[in-house]
Amino acid sequence: MIAENIAFGVLAASAVLAALRLVTTKNVVHAALYLVVVLASVGANYILLAAEFVAVVQLLVYVGAIVVIFLFGVMLTRAQIGHESELDNDQRGIALVTALFLLGILSYVLIDFFQDDKLPELTGVSKATLQATRGTGAVGDAIFSTYLVPFEVVSVLLLAALVGAIVLARRD
Amino acid sequence: MLINQFLLLGAALFCIGVYGVLARKNGVLVLMSIELILNAVNINLLAFGAMHQGPAAITGQVFALFIITVAAAEVGVGLAIVLLIYRNRTSVDLSEVDLMKG
Repeated sequence: MIAENIAFGVLAASAVLAALRLVTTKNVVHAALYLVVVLASVGANYILLAAEFVAVVQLLVYVGAIVVIFLFGVMLTRAQIGHESELDNDQRGIALVTALFLLGILSYVLIDFFQDDKLPELTGVSKATLQATRGTGAVGDAIFSTYLVPFEVVSVLLLAALVGAIVLARRD
Repeated sequence: MLINQFLLLGAALFCIGVYGVLARKNGVLVLMSIELILNAVNINLLAFGAMHQGPAAITGQVFALFIITVAAAEVGVGLAIVLLIYRNRTSVDLSEVDLMKG
């Protein structure tokens, strides 16, 4: 219980700090590396929420693939690799006010509504029940039975995105 | 663990992402901020899923998986568009892309 909370504190702090550096850093490549820290911390949070399959997919897809795509994007758009001062526009003040306003409203609503609600304890539950209700097998069962149609639609979406990206990026 | 600690982490990441989308003008950095926003949503989905017992417990995980897939597709197409902007204007400065501004 205490170990979980300590782990959450460390992960949340690293995620938020890296996210703050991501939106303020002057170097595009550093931003991509801060994104890795954020994504890995969030993935570890998924394990705390007993969603190990989503955590592994997060590492594979986000940290493995999407960050590499971003680095390719940085390389192909020939952003200066070093220090660059022209990354922010002149709406920084308004953007800060908007973000803080949003954070205030969201925090107020969440704290007001959920107060001290706790997640159900998983320590007393037997391993078999845990795997049958929220393990990787249960995720697979749900995807290929209840959510079969959305799953197929997503595969078509990926194909369309693939074709679209090639058509857009191709030189004629 | 409180459910609120995960929801507040999600809210914080979401707001940082919103700040990034509004304040950045490099196209690649805006796309990275959008990824932050999508991750915040995923934390929320998993936290709400973990709140429940029974079949509802798995729904959050399945939705998070779908969002990860859609985010991958979005990054692919988004970066292709950024590359196209770069090719036409030799910069990825989004504040210069104002052709449709009234």
